[in-house]
Amino acid sequence: MSAKFSYQRAVSIKDAAEATGRPGTRILAGGTDLLGCLRDGVFQTNRLVSINNIKELKGIRSRPGGGWRIGALTTLTEVAEHRQILESYPVLAQAAASVATPQLRNQGTLGGNLCQRPRCWYFRGQFQCRRKGGETCFAEAGQSLYHGIFGASQCYIVHPSDTAPALVALDAKVSIAGRRGTRLVPMSSFFVLPKDSLVKENVLEPGELITEILLDAPLTGTRSTYRKVRERASFDFALASAAVVLVMAEGKVRTARIVLGGVAPAPWRSTEAEKAVVGKPLDAAAVAAAAEAAVKGAVPMADNGYKVPLVRGILEETLTALSA
Amino acid sequence: MEKPTIDSQGHTGLSRRSFVNSVATGAAAEAAVLTLPGAAAQTGTKPPQDGEMVAVVLQINGRTHSMNVEPRWTLQYVLRDRLGLMATKDGCERGECGACTVLIDGISRYSCLTLAVEAAGCQITTVEGLMNGEQLGTVQQAFIEEDAFQCGYCTPGQVVSVEALLRKTPEPTFEQIREGVSGNLCRCGAYNHIFRAAQRAAELRKVGRG
Ligand SMILES: Cc1cc2nc3c(=O)[nH]c(=O)nc-3n(C[C@@H](O)[C@@H](O)[C@H](O)COP(=O)(O)OP(=O)(O)OC[C@H]3O[C@@H](n4cnc5c(N)ncnc54)[C@H](O)[C@@H]3O)c2cc1C
Ligand code: FES
Ligand code: FES
Repeated sequence: MSAKFSYQRAVSIKDAAEATGRPGTRILAGGTDLLGCLRDGVFQTNRLVSINNIKELKGIRSRPGGGWRIGALTTLTEVAEHRQILESYPVLAQAAASVATPQLRNQGTLGGNLCQRPRCWYFRGQFQCRRKGGETCFAEAGQSLYHGIFGASQCYIVHPSDTAPALVALDAKVSIAGRRGTRLVPMSSFFVLPKDSLVKENVLEPGELITEILLDAPLTGTRSTYRKVRERASFDFALASAAVVLVMAEGKVRTARIVLGGVAPAPWRSTEAEKAVVGKPLDAAAVAAAAEAAVKGAVPMADNGYKVPLVRGILEETLTALSA
Repeated sequence: MEKPTIDSQGHTGLSRRSFVNSVATGAAAEAAVLTLPGAAAQTGTKPPQDGEMVAVVLQINGRTHSMNVEPRWTLQYVLRDRLGLMATKDGCERGECGACTVLIDGISRYSCLTLAVEAAGCQITTVEGLMNGEQLGTVQQAFIEEDAFQCGYCTPGQVVSVEALLRKTPEPTFEQIREGVSGNLCRCGAYNHIFRAAQRAAELRKVGRG
Protein backbone atom coordinates (compact mmCIF):
# COMPACT_ATOMS: atom_id res chain seq x y z
CA MET A 1 0.00 0.00 0.00
CA SER A 2 1.18 3.53 -0.67
CA ALA A 3 2.06 6.07 2.02
CA LYS A 4 -0.83 8.08 3.44
CA PHE A 5 -2.27 11.06 1.63
CA SER A 6 -5.41 13.13 1.84
CA TYR A 7 -8.01 13.35 -0.88
CA GLN A 8 -10.31 15.93 -2.27
CA ARG A 9 -12.60 16.19 -5.25
CA ALA A 10 -12.27 19.34 -7.28
CA VAL A 11 -15.63 20.72 -8.39
CA SER A 12 -14.37 23.00 -11.14
CA ILE A 13 -11.29 23.59 -13.27
CA LYS A 14 -10.46 26.69 -11.22
CA ASP A 15 -10.84 24.71 -8.02
CA ALA A 16 -8.51 22.01 -9.38
CA ALA A 17 -5.88 24.56 -10.46
CA GLU A 18 -5.94 26.22 -7.05
CA ALA A 19 -5.73 22.91 -5.19
CA THR A 20 -2.91 21.48 -7.30
CA GLY A 21 -0.85 24.62 -6.95
CA ARG A 22 -0.07 23.66 -3.35
CA PRO A 23 3.22 21.81 -2.84
CA GLY A 24 3.10 18.03 -2.79
CA THR A 25 -0.27 17.83 -4.49
CA ARG A 26 -1.04 15.58 -7.46
CA ILE A 27 -3.91 15.39 -9.89
CA LEU A 28 -5.82 12.11 -9.98
CA ALA A 29 -7.57 11.14 -13.21
CA GLY A 30 -7.93 7.41 -14.00
CA GLY A 31 -5.16 6.62 -11.52
CA THR A 32 -3.65 3.85 -13.66
CA ASP A 33 -0.22 5.44 -13.70
CA LEU A 34 -0.33 7.59 -10.58
CA LEU A 35 -1.42 4.88 -8.13
CA GLY A 36 1.28 2.53 -9.42
CA CYS A 37 3.93 5.23 -8.90
CA LEU A 38 2.68 5.96 -5.38
CA ARG A 39 2.52 2.31 -4.48
CA ASP A 40 6.06 1.70 -5.69
CA GLY A 41 7.34 4.85 -3.96
CA VAL A 42 8.57 6.41 -7.22
CA PHE A 43 7.41 9.68 -5.68
CA GLN A 44 5.20 10.73 -2.80
CA THR A 45 2.22 13.00 -2.42
CA ASN A 46 0.48 14.49 0.56
CA ARG A 47 -2.73 15.27 -1.28
CA LEU A 48 -4.57 13.91 -4.28
CA VAL A 49 -6.99 16.17 -6.07
CA SER A 50 -9.45 14.12 -8.07
CA ILE A 51 -10.66 15.87 -11.20
CA ASN A 52 -13.11 13.11 -12.07
CA ASN A 53 -16.19 15.10 -11.10
CA ILE A 54 -15.47 17.98 -13.45
CA LYS A 55 -17.96 17.43 -16.26
CA GLU A 56 -16.41 19.94 -18.69
CA LEU A 57 -13.32 17.75 -18.88
CA LYS A 58 -15.24 14.79 -20.28
CA GLY A 59 -16.18 13.79 -23.80
CA ILE A 60 -15.54 14.55 -27.45
CA ARG A 61 -17.22 17.54 -29.08
CA SER A 62 -17.06 19.11 -32.54
CA ARG A 63 -15.54 22.57 -32.84
CA PRO A 64 -17.60 25.33 -34.43
CA GLY A 65 -15.12 25.99 -37.28
CA GLY A 66 -14.42 22.28 -37.92
CA GLY A 67 -12.28 19.79 -36.06
CA TRP A 68 -12.79 18.22 -32.65
CA ARG A 69 -12.03 18.86 -29.00
CA ILE A 70 -11.33 15.96 -26.69
CA GLY A 71 -11.70 16.56 -22.97
CA ALA A 72 -8.74 15.52 -20.82
CA LEU A 73 -10.88 13.02 -18.92
CA THR A 74 -12.08 11.21 -22.03
CA THR A 75 -11.10 7.58 -21.63
CA LEU A 76 -8.85 5.84 -24.13
CA THR A 77 -11.72 3.45 -24.92
CA GLU A 78 -13.88 6.42 -25.85
CA VAL A 79 -11.14 7.88 -28.05
CA ALA A 80 -10.48 4.52 -29.74
CA GLU A 81 -14.17 3.86 -30.49
CA HIS A 82 -15.46 7.31 -31.38
CA ARG A 83 -16.85 7.21 -34.92
CA GLN A 84 -15.49 10.57 -36.08
CA ILE A 85 -12.07 9.96 -34.56
CA LEU A 86 -11.93 6.60 -36.34
CA GLU A 87 -12.95 8.24 -39.61
CA SER A 88 -10.98 11.47 -39.54
CA TYR A 89 -7.98 10.65 -37.34
CA PRO A 90 -7.24 6.92 -37.67
CA VAL A 91 -3.74 7.50 -36.29
CA LEU A 92 -5.21 8.65 -32.96
CA ALA A 93 -7.89 5.95 -32.74
CA GLN A 94 -5.28 3.28 -33.49
CA ALA A 95 -2.82 4.73 -30.98
CA ALA A 96 -5.48 4.80 -28.24
CA ALA A 97 -6.55 1.25 -29.08
CA SER A 98 -2.95 0.07 -28.82
CA VAL A 99 -2.59 1.23 -25.22
CA ALA A 100 -2.46 -1.46 -22.55
CA THR A 101 -5.59 -3.58 -21.93
CA PRO A 102 -9.39 -3.11 -22.13
CA GLN A 103 -9.55 -2.41 -18.38
CA LEU A 104 -6.76 0.17 -18.50
CA ARG A 105 -8.30 1.86 -21.54
CA ASN A 106 -11.64 1.98 -19.73
CA GLN A 107 -10.15 3.87 -16.81
CA GLY A 108 -7.10 5.58 -18.32
CA THR A 109 -7.76 9.07 -19.65
CA LEU A 110 -6.21 10.97 -22.55
CA GLY A 111 -4.86 13.68 -20.21
CA GLY A 112 -3.33 11.06 -17.95
CA ASN A 113 -1.86 9.24 -20.93
CA LEU A 114 0.03 12.38 -21.94
CA CYS A 115 1.24 13.10 -18.39
CA GLN A 116 2.18 9.56 -17.32
CA ARG A 117 5.69 9.15 -15.95
CA PRO A 118 8.43 7.22 -17.75
CA ARG A 119 8.77 3.45 -17.44
CA CYS A 120 12.59 3.33 -17.18
CA TRP A 121 13.18 0.46 -14.75
CA TYR A 122 15.69 2.47 -12.76
CA PHE A 123 13.29 5.40 -12.42
CA ARG A 124 10.50 3.00 -11.40
CA GLY A 125 12.77 0.98 -9.14
CA GLN A 126 14.64 1.83 -5.98
CA PHE A 127 17.27 3.96 -7.68
CA GLN A 128 17.90 7.59 -6.86
CA CYS A 129 18.43 8.46 -10.52
CA ARG A 130 18.79 11.90 -12.11
CA ARG A 131 15.07 12.07 -12.90
CA LYS A 132 14.41 11.69 -9.18
CA GLY A 133 16.91 14.43 -8.35
CA GLY A 134 19.89 12.09 -7.93
CA GLU A 135 23.28 12.29 -9.61
CA THR A 136 23.46 9.15 -11.72
CA CYS A 137 21.71 7.74 -14.75
CA PHE A 138 21.92 4.02 -14.05
CA ALA A 139 21.08 3.13 -17.65
CA GLU A 140 24.35 4.63 -18.85
CA ALA A 141 26.38 1.76 -17.42
CA GLY A 142 23.48 -0.59 -16.70
CA GLN A 143 20.76 -2.32 -18.70
CA SER A 144 19.47 -0.25 -21.58
CA LEU A 145 17.26 -2.67 -23.48
CA TYR A 146 14.22 -0.38 -23.44
CA HIS A 147 15.94 2.99 -23.40
CA GLY A 148 16.22 5.70 -26.02
CA ILE A 149 18.28 6.14 -29.16
CA PHE A 150 17.44 9.82 -29.76
CA GLY A 151 17.34 13.06 -27.81
CA ALA A 152 19.11 11.89 -24.68
CA SER A 153 21.48 13.87 -22.50
CA GLN A 154 22.21 12.64 -19.00
CA CYS A 155 18.95 10.66 -18.98
CA TYR A 156 17.84 8.02 -21.50
CA ILE A 157 14.13 7.53 -20.80
CA VAL A 158 11.65 7.01 -23.61
CA HIS A 159 8.29 8.70 -23.43
CA PRO A 160 5.80 5.88 -22.77
CA SER A 161 2.65 7.42 -24.25
CA ASP A 162 1.13 6.00 -27.43
CA THR A 163 -1.28 8.87 -27.99
CA ALA A 164 1.49 11.49 -27.75
CA PRO A 165 3.21 10.68 -31.08
CA ALA A 166 -0.21 10.54 -32.75
CA LEU A 167 -1.21 13.95 -31.42
CA VAL A 168 2.12 15.50 -32.41
CA ALA A 169 1.73 14.03 -35.89
CA LEU A 170 -1.78 15.54 -36.09
CA ASP A 171 -0.38 18.92 -35.02
CA ALA A 172 -2.93 19.00 -32.19
CA LYS A 173 -2.99 21.68 -29.53
CA VAL A 174 -3.32 21.24 -25.83
CA SER A 175 -5.37 23.60 -23.73
CA ILE A 176 -3.87 24.16 -20.29
CA ALA A 177 -5.68 25.80 -17.38
CA GLY A 178 -3.83 27.40 -14.51
CA ARG A 179 -4.54 29.72 -11.64
CA ARG A 180 -4.14 32.74 -13.88
CA GLY A 181 -6.16 31.53 -16.85
CA THR A 182 -5.64 29.23 -19.81
CA ARG A 183 -2.94 28.86 -22.46
CA LEU A 184 -2.85 26.95 -25.71
CA VAL A 185 0.32 25.00 -26.49
CA PRO A 186 1.05 23.10 -29.71
CA MET A 187 1.44 19.42 -28.91
CA SER A 188 4.87 19.59 -30.56
CA SER A 189 6.14 21.96 -27.84
CA PHE A 190 4.30 20.35 -24.91
CA PHE A 191 6.97 17.75 -24.18
CA VAL A 192 10.46 18.63 -22.97
CA LEU A 193 13.78 16.88 -23.42
CA PRO A 194 16.33 16.19 -20.65
CA LYS A 195 18.37 19.15 -21.89
CA ASP A 196 15.45 21.38 -20.84
CA SER A 197 14.55 19.55 -17.66
CA LEU A 198 15.82 16.38 -16.07
CA VAL A 199 12.89 15.99 -13.71
CA LYS A 200 9.80 16.60 -15.81
CA GLU A 201 8.58 15.46 -19.21
CA ASN A 202 6.33 18.35 -20.20
CA VAL A 203 5.81 22.08 -19.79
CA LEU A 204 3.09 21.88 -17.11
CA GLU A 205 3.80 24.03 -14.06
CA PRO A 206 2.40 23.35 -10.59
CA GLY A 207 -1.23 24.39 -10.54
CA GLU A 208 -1.71 23.69 -14.24
CA LEU A 209 -3.80 20.96 -15.76
CA ILE A 210 -4.71 19.83 -19.26
CA THR A 211 -8.35 20.60 -19.97
CA GLU A 212 -8.65 19.49 -23.59
CA ILE A 213 -6.92 18.53 -26.79
CA LEU A 214 -7.84 20.42 -29.94
CA LEU A 215 -7.76 18.82 -33.38
CA ASP A 216 -8.14 20.70 -36.66
CA ALA A 217 -10.36 19.31 -39.39
CA PRO A 218 -8.22 17.06 -41.60
CA LEU A 219 -7.31 18.44 -45.04
CA THR A 220 -8.60 16.63 -48.12
CA GLY A 221 -6.23 13.86 -49.08
CA THR A 222 -5.11 13.14 -45.51
CA ARG A 223 -4.04 9.57 -44.70
CA SER A 224 -2.78 8.51 -41.32
CA THR A 225 -1.77 5.46 -39.34
CA TYR A 226 -0.12 4.33 -36.10
CA ARG A 227 2.14 1.31 -35.94
CA LYS A 228 3.44 -0.01 -32.63
CA VAL A 229 5.80 -2.90 -32.06
CA ARG A 230 5.88 -4.48 -28.62
CA GLU A 231 7.60 -7.46 -27.14
CA ARG A 232 4.34 -9.10 -26.11
CA ALA A 233 1.41 -8.66 -28.47
CA SER A 234 -1.42 -8.77 -25.89
CA PHE A 235 -0.29 -5.66 -24.04
CA ASP A 236 2.94 -3.81 -23.60
CA PHE A 237 4.60 -0.46 -24.05
CA ALA A 238 6.12 0.28 -27.44
CA LEU A 239 9.63 -0.93 -28.22
CA ALA A 240 9.22 1.57 -31.02
CA SER A 241 6.27 3.08 -32.83
CA ALA A 242 5.49 5.49 -35.62
CA ALA A 243 2.63 7.93 -36.10
CA VAL A 244 2.41 9.06 -39.70
CA VAL A 245 0.10 11.71 -41.15
CA LEU A 246 0.37 12.43 -44.88
CA VAL A 247 -1.56 14.78 -47.10
CA MET A 248 -1.58 13.46 -50.67
CA ALA A 249 -2.32 15.53 -53.77
CA GLU A 250 -2.09 14.43 -57.39
CA GLY A 251 -0.31 11.22 -56.54
CA LYS A 252 2.39 12.98 -54.53
CA VAL A 253 3.01 13.66 -50.88
CA ARG A 254 2.12 17.29 -50.23
CA THR A 255 2.90 17.37 -46.51
CA ALA A 256 4.13 14.74 -44.08
CA ARG A 257 4.42 14.50 -40.33
CA ILE A 258 6.35 11.48 -39.10
CA VAL A 259 6.68 11.06 -35.33
CA LEU A 260 8.38 8.17 -33.54
CA GLY A 261 7.44 6.77 -30.16
CA GLY A 262 9.38 4.57 -27.73
CA VAL A 263 12.76 5.86 -28.86
CA ALA A 264 13.26 9.27 -27.22
CA PRO A 265 12.36 11.16 -24.02
CA ALA A 266 9.60 12.91 -25.99
CA PRO A 267 7.69 12.02 -29.15
CA TRP A 268 10.43 12.24 -31.79
CA ARG A 269 9.53 14.08 -34.94
CA SER A 270 11.73 13.13 -37.85
CA THR A 271 11.81 16.12 -40.20
CA GLU A 272 14.53 14.30 -42.18
CA ALA A 273 12.18 11.44 -42.94
CA GLU A 274 9.44 13.93 -43.82
CA LYS A 275 11.74 15.75 -46.27
CA ALA A 276 12.55 12.45 -47.95
CA VAL A 277 8.93 11.96 -49.04
CA VAL A 278 7.49 15.46 -49.50
CA GLY A 279 6.93 16.40 -53.14
CA LYS A 280 7.39 12.82 -54.30
CA PRO A 281 5.16 9.90 -55.14
CA LEU A 282 5.22 7.41 -52.29
CA ASP A 283 7.17 4.75 -54.20
CA ALA A 284 9.68 2.22 -52.94
CA ALA A 285 12.61 4.59 -53.39
CA ALA A 286 10.99 7.39 -51.38
CA VAL A 287 9.93 4.95 -48.66
CA ALA A 288 13.43 3.53 -48.34
CA ALA A 289 14.97 6.99 -48.28
CA ALA A 290 12.60 8.11 -45.52
CA ALA A 291 13.26 5.00 -43.42
CA GLU A 292 17.00 5.54 -43.76
CA ALA A 293 16.77 9.26 -43.00
CA ALA A 294 14.75 8.59 -39.84
CA VAL A 295 17.54 6.66 -38.14
CA LYS A 296 20.39 8.85 -39.32
CA GLY A 297 21.14 10.58 -36.01
CA ALA A 298 20.40 7.56 -33.81
CA VAL A 299 22.78 6.94 -30.91
CA PRO A 300 22.19 3.39 -29.68
CA MET A 301 23.24 2.35 -26.19
CA ALA A 302 24.76 -0.98 -25.11
CA ASP A 303 21.56 -3.06 -25.34
CA ASN A 304 19.15 -1.20 -27.60
CA GLY A 305 20.83 -1.26 -31.01
CA TYR A 306 17.90 -3.33 -32.30
CA LYS A 307 15.76 -0.19 -32.23
CA VAL A 308 17.59 1.19 -35.27
CA PRO A 309 16.52 -1.51 -37.77
CA LEU A 310 13.17 -1.71 -35.95
CA VAL A 311 12.41 1.96 -36.62
CA ARG A 312 13.51 1.54 -40.23
CA GLY A 313 11.23 -1.47 -40.65
CA ILE A 314 8.27 0.22 -39.00
CA LEU A 315 8.58 3.20 -41.30
CA GLU A 316 8.95 1.08 -44.43
CA GLU A 317 5.84 -0.81 -43.41
CA THR A 318 3.66 2.19 -42.50
CA LEU A 319 4.65 4.33 -45.48
CA THR A 320 4.11 1.43 -47.86
CA ALA A 321 0.70 0.77 -46.30
CA LEU A 322 -0.24 4.44 -46.73
CA SER A 323 0.88 4.46 -50.37
CA ALA A 324 -1.83 1.98 -51.34
CA MET B 1 -31.01 -7.62 5.14
CA GLU B 2 -28.00 -8.50 7.28
CA LYS B 3 -25.42 -5.72 7.62
CA PRO B 4 -21.73 -6.53 7.54
CA THR B 5 -19.93 -5.61 10.71
CA ILE B 6 -16.25 -4.83 10.71
CA ASP B 7 -14.32 -6.11 13.71
CA SER B 8 -11.13 -4.63 15.15
CA GLN B 9 -8.95 -6.58 12.71
CA GLY B 10 -11.03 -5.31 9.86
CA HIS B 11 -12.64 -8.69 9.19
CA THR B 12 -16.28 -8.65 8.39
CA GLY B 13 -18.92 -10.68 10.10
CA LEU B 14 -20.47 -11.57 6.79
CA SER B 15 -20.63 -15.29 6.15
CA ARG B 16 -20.51 -16.72 2.67
CA ARG B 17 -24.05 -17.97 3.14
CA SER B 18 -25.45 -14.62 4.16
CA PHE B 19 -23.47 -13.05 1.36
CA VAL B 20 -25.08 -15.27 -1.23
CA ASN B 21 -28.44 -14.38 0.26
CA SER B 22 -27.63 -10.74 0.09
CA VAL B 23 -26.85 -11.04 -3.58
CA ALA B 24 -30.18 -12.73 -4.12
CA THR B 25 -32.18 -10.14 -2.28
CA GLY B 26 -30.20 -6.97 -2.51
CA ALA B 27 -31.01 -5.90 -6.04
CA ALA B 28 -32.99 -2.82 -5.06
CA ALA B 29 -30.39 -0.54 -3.58
CA GLU B 30 -30.72 3.08 -2.63
CA ALA B 31 -28.94 5.78 -4.59
CA ALA B 32 -25.37 6.19 -3.45
CA VAL B 33 -23.96 9.31 -1.87
CA LEU B 34 -20.37 10.22 -1.31
CA THR B 35 -20.05 11.84 2.07
CA LEU B 36 -16.76 13.56 2.47
CA PRO B 37 -16.10 15.08 5.89
CA GLY B 38 -17.72 18.50 5.96
CA ALA B 39 -19.14 20.50 3.11
CA ALA B 40 -15.87 22.39 2.69
CA ALA B 41 -13.99 19.27 1.65
CA GLN B 42 -16.61 18.64 -0.99
CA THR B 43 -15.99 21.98 -2.63
CA GLY B 44 -12.30 21.24 -2.45
CA THR B 45 -11.45 24.37 -0.46
CA LYS B 46 -10.56 22.74 2.84
CA PRO B 47 -7.28 20.88 2.73
CA PRO B 48 -8.08 17.66 4.62
CA GLN B 49 -5.46 16.29 7.01
CA ASP B 50 -3.06 13.53 5.97
CA GLY B 51 -4.76 10.16 5.91
CA GLU B 52 -7.99 11.54 7.30
CA MET B 53 -10.74 8.91 7.06
CA VAL B 54 -13.46 9.61 4.55
CA ALA B 55 -17.03 8.40 4.96
CA VAL B 56 -18.22 6.69 1.82
CA VAL B 57 -21.20 4.69 0.69
CA LEU B 58 -20.23 1.85 -1.62
CA GLN B 59 -22.83 0.01 -3.69
CA ILE B 60 -21.45 -3.48 -4.14
CA ASN B 61 -23.46 -6.18 -5.86
CA GLY B 62 -26.64 -4.30 -5.04
CA ARG B 63 -25.84 -3.94 -1.34
CA THR B 64 -25.10 -0.67 0.39
CA HIS B 65 -21.99 -0.44 2.54
CA SER B 66 -21.50 2.73 4.59
CA MET B 67 -17.98 2.88 5.89
CA ASN B 68 -14.96 5.02 6.58
CA VAL B 69 -11.98 4.54 4.31
CA GLU B 70 -8.49 5.95 4.14
CA PRO B 71 -8.02 7.80 0.85
CA ARG B 72 -5.11 5.51 -0.06
CA TRP B 73 -7.17 2.33 0.22
CA THR B 74 -7.79 0.72 -3.12
CA LEU B 75 -11.14 -0.78 -3.98
CA GLN B 76 -9.38 -4.15 -4.14
CA TYR B 77 -8.18 -3.77 -0.54
CA VAL B 78 -11.61 -2.69 0.69
CA LEU B 79 -13.38 -5.55 -1.09
CA ARG B 80 -11.04 -8.21 0.21
CA ASP B 81 -9.62 -7.02 3.48
CA ARG B 82 -12.44 -4.85 4.79
CA LEU B 83 -15.56 -6.50 3.40
CA GLY B 84 -14.41 -10.08 3.05
CA LEU B 85 -15.39 -10.31 -0.61
CA MET B 86 -12.49 -12.56 -1.46
CA ALA B 87 -13.41 -13.58 -5.01
CA THR B 88 -11.76 -10.45 -6.37
CA LYS B 89 -8.15 -11.59 -6.40
CA ASP B 90 -4.88 -9.90 -5.66
CA GLY B 91 -2.24 -10.76 -8.21
CA CYS B 92 0.10 -7.84 -8.83
CA GLU B 93 -1.46 -4.65 -7.43
CA ARG B 94 -0.11 -2.74 -10.41
CA GLY B 95 -2.50 -3.29 -13.29
CA GLU B 96 -0.55 -6.09 -14.90
CA CYS B 97 -2.57 -9.24 -14.33
CA GLY B 98 -6.33 -8.61 -14.26
CA ALA B 99 -7.09 -10.84 -11.26
CA CYS B 100 -8.75 -7.87 -9.54
CA THR B 101 -11.11 -6.95 -12.40
CA VAL B 102 -14.53 -5.62 -11.34
CA LEU B 103 -17.33 -3.79 -13.10
CA ILE B 104 -17.86 -0.17 -12.17
CA ASP B 105 -21.10 1.14 -13.60
CA GLY B 106 -20.99 -1.83 -15.94
CA ILE B 107 -17.48 -1.17 -17.27
CA SER B 108 -14.48 -3.36 -16.45
CA ARG B 109 -11.64 -1.83 -14.43
CA TYR B 110 -8.80 -2.96 -12.25
CA SER B 111 -9.79 -2.55 -8.61
CA CYS B 112 -6.12 -2.46 -7.59
CA LEU B 113 -5.73 0.83 -9.47
CA THR B 114 -9.03 2.32 -8.32
CA LEU B 115 -9.29 4.15 -5.01
CA ALA B 116 -12.29 3.18 -2.90
CA VAL B 117 -13.11 6.88 -2.42
CA GLU B 118 -13.36 7.21 -6.18
CA ALA B 119 -15.75 4.28 -6.48
CA ALA B 120 -18.22 5.84 -4.06
CA GLY B 121 -21.44 6.65 -5.83
CA CYS B 122 -20.91 3.99 -8.51
CA GLN B 123 -22.43 0.54 -8.94
CA ILE B 124 -19.66 -1.96 -8.20
CA THR B 125 -20.05 -5.55 -9.38
CA THR B 126 -17.67 -8.34 -8.44
CA VAL B 127 -17.84 -11.91 -9.66
CA GLU B 128 -20.02 -12.70 -6.63
CA GLY B 129 -22.56 -10.29 -8.08
CA LEU B 130 -22.84 -12.22 -11.35
CA MET B 131 -24.91 -15.00 -9.78
CA ASN B 132 -28.56 -15.40 -10.72
CA GLY B 133 -29.82 -15.87 -7.18
CA GLU B 134 -28.54 -19.29 -6.15
CA GLN B 135 -27.77 -20.20 -9.78
CA LEU B 136 -24.51 -19.56 -11.54
CA GLY B 137 -24.53 -16.72 -14.03
CA THR B 138 -24.17 -17.53 -17.71
CA VAL B 139 -20.46 -16.75 -17.85
CA GLN B 140 -19.72 -18.76 -14.72
CA GLN B 141 -21.75 -21.66 -16.12
CA ALA B 142 -19.85 -21.49 -19.41
CA PHE B 143 -16.48 -21.55 -17.62
CA ILE B 144 -17.48 -24.80 -15.92
CA GLU B 145 -18.85 -26.36 -19.09
CA GLU B 146 -15.68 -25.55 -21.02
CA ASP B 147 -13.29 -26.39 -18.18
CA ALA B 148 -11.81 -22.92 -18.51
CA PHE B 149 -9.44 -22.98 -15.57
CA GLN B 150 -6.82 -25.02 -13.81
CA CYS B 151 -5.81 -23.43 -10.51
CA GLY B 152 -8.67 -20.94 -10.79
CA TYR B 153 -6.79 -17.94 -9.49
CA CYS B 154 -7.36 -15.82 -12.57
CA THR B 155 -10.93 -17.04 -13.05
CA PRO B 156 -12.92 -14.35 -11.19
CA GLY B 157 -11.15 -11.68 -13.22
CA GLN B 158 -11.61 -13.61 -16.47
CA VAL B 159 -15.31 -14.09 -15.77
CA VAL B 160 -15.81 -10.38 -15.08
CA SER B 161 -13.93 -9.47 -18.28
CA VAL B 162 -16.06 -11.84 -20.36
CA GLU B 163 -19.18 -10.40 -18.72
CA ALA B 164 -18.03 -6.87 -19.64
CA LEU B 165 -17.30 -7.99 -23.19
CA LEU B 166 -20.68 -9.65 -23.69
CA ARG B 167 -22.59 -6.67 -22.28
CA LYS B 168 -20.92 -4.49 -24.90
CA THR B 169 -20.62 -7.04 -27.72
CA PRO B 170 -23.24 -9.78 -27.30
CA GLU B 171 -21.98 -11.78 -30.28
CA PRO B 172 -18.22 -11.31 -30.31
CA THR B 173 -15.89 -12.65 -32.96
CA PHE B 174 -12.97 -14.82 -31.89
CA GLU B 175 -10.66 -11.81 -32.27
CA GLN B 176 -12.93 -9.69 -30.09
CA ILE B 177 -12.87 -12.40 -27.43
CA ARG B 178 -9.08 -12.53 -27.47
CA GLU B 179 -8.93 -8.77 -27.16
CA GLY B 180 -11.67 -8.80 -24.50
CA VAL B 181 -9.65 -10.97 -22.12
CA SER B 182 -6.24 -9.62 -23.12
CA GLY B 183 -6.03 -7.78 -19.80
CA ASN B 184 -6.30 -11.00 -17.81
CA LEU B 185 -3.26 -13.20 -17.51
CA CYS B 186 -3.60 -16.91 -16.82
CA ARG B 187 -0.47 -18.50 -15.39
CA CYS B 188 -1.88 -21.94 -16.10
CA GLY B 189 -2.30 -21.11 -19.76
CA ALA B 190 -5.98 -22.05 -19.95
CA TYR B 191 -6.49 -19.44 -22.65
CA ASN B 192 -8.01 -21.64 -25.34
CA HIS B 193 -10.59 -22.92 -22.89
CA ILE B 194 -11.29 -19.38 -21.72
CA PHE B 195 -11.91 -18.29 -25.32
CA ARG B 196 -14.29 -21.22 -25.78
CA ALA B 197 -16.06 -20.37 -22.52
CA ALA B 198 -16.65 -16.85 -23.79
CA GLN B 199 -18.14 -18.24 -27.00
CA ARG B 200 -20.29 -20.63 -24.98
CA ALA B 201 -21.46 -17.84 -22.67
CA ALA B 202 -22.50 -15.80 -25.69
CA GLU B 203 -24.57 -18.80 -26.90
CA LEU B 204 -26.17 -19.33 -23.48
CA ARG B 205 -27.16 -15.68 -23.36
CA LYS B 206 -28.54 -15.76 -26.88
CA VAL B 207 -30.77 -18.69 -25.92
CA GLY B 208 -31.70 -16.79 -22.77
CA ARG B 209 -32.72 -13.77 -24.83
CA GLY B 210 -34.81 -16.06 -26.98
C1 LIG C 1 0.21 -2.52 -17.06
C2 LIG C 1 0.17 -1.19 -17.73
C3 LIG C 1 0.37 -1.10 -19.09
C4 LIG C 1 0.31 0.13 -19.74
N1 LIG C 1 0.52 0.16 -21.08
C5 LIG C 1 0.50 1.37 -21.72
C6 LIG C 1 0.72 1.44 -23.12
O1 LIG C 1 0.90 0.43 -23.80
N2 LIG C 1 0.72 2.65 -23.72
C7 LIG C 1 0.51 3.80 -23.01
O2 LIG C 1 0.49 4.87 -23.61
N3 LIG C 1 0.30 3.76 -21.68
C8 LIG C 1 0.27 2.58 -21.03
N4 LIG C 1 0.06 2.53 -19.68
C9 LIG C 1 -0.04 3.77 -18.93
C10 LIG C 1 -1.45 4.18 -18.52
O3 LIG C 1 -1.39 4.48 -17.17
C11 LIG C 1 -1.88 5.36 -19.33
O4 LIG C 1 -2.06 4.87 -20.63
C12 LIG C 1 -3.18 6.03 -18.90
O5 LIG C 1 -3.75 6.69 -19.99
C13 LIG C 1 -2.98 7.05 -17.81
O6 LIG C 1 -4.18 7.77 -17.62
P1 LIG C 1 -4.85 7.95 -16.19
O7 LIG C 1 -6.07 8.76 -16.40
O8 LIG C 1 -5.03 6.65 -15.52
O9 LIG C 1 -3.74 8.79 -15.46
P2 LIG C 1 -3.41 9.00 -13.91
O10 LIG C 1 -2.70 7.82 -13.39
O11 LIG C 1 -4.61 9.48 -13.18
O12 LIG C 1 -2.40 10.22 -14.07
C14 LIG C 1 -1.12 10.06 -14.66
C15 LIG C 1 -0.31 11.34 -14.41
O13 LIG C 1 -0.86 12.43 -15.13
C16 LIG C 1 -1.29 13.47 -14.25
N5 LIG C 1 -2.55 13.94 -14.83
C17 LIG C 1 -3.66 13.21 -15.09
N6 LIG C 1 -4.59 13.97 -15.72
C18 LIG C 1 -4.04 15.20 -15.87
C19 LIG C 1 -4.52 16.42 -16.44
N7 LIG C 1 -5.72 16.54 -17.00
N8 LIG C 1 -3.69 17.51 -16.41
C20 LIG C 1 -2.46 17.41 -15.85
N9 LIG C 1 -1.95 16.28 -15.29
C21 LIG C 1 -2.75 15.18 -15.30
C22 LIG C 1 -1.38 12.83 -12.89
O14 LIG C 1 -1.15 13.76 -11.87
C23 LIG C 1 -0.31 11.77 -12.96
O15 LIG C 1 0.94 12.31 -12.67
C24 LIG C 1 0.06 1.31 -19.00
C25 LIG C 1 -0.15 1.24 -17.63
C26 LIG C 1 -0.10 0.01 -16.99
C27 LIG C 1 -0.35 -0.05 -15.52
S1 FES D 1 -4.06 -7.21 -9.03
FE1 FES D 1 -4.98 -5.66 -10.23
S2 FES D 1 -4.23 -6.10 -12.19
FE2 FES D 1 -3.11 -7.50 -10.96
S1 FES E 1 -6.36 -21.01 -14.14
FE1 FES E 1 -4.50 -20.79 -13.02
S2 FES E 1 -3.99 -18.73 -13.48
FE2 FES E 1 -5.62 -19.07 -14.82
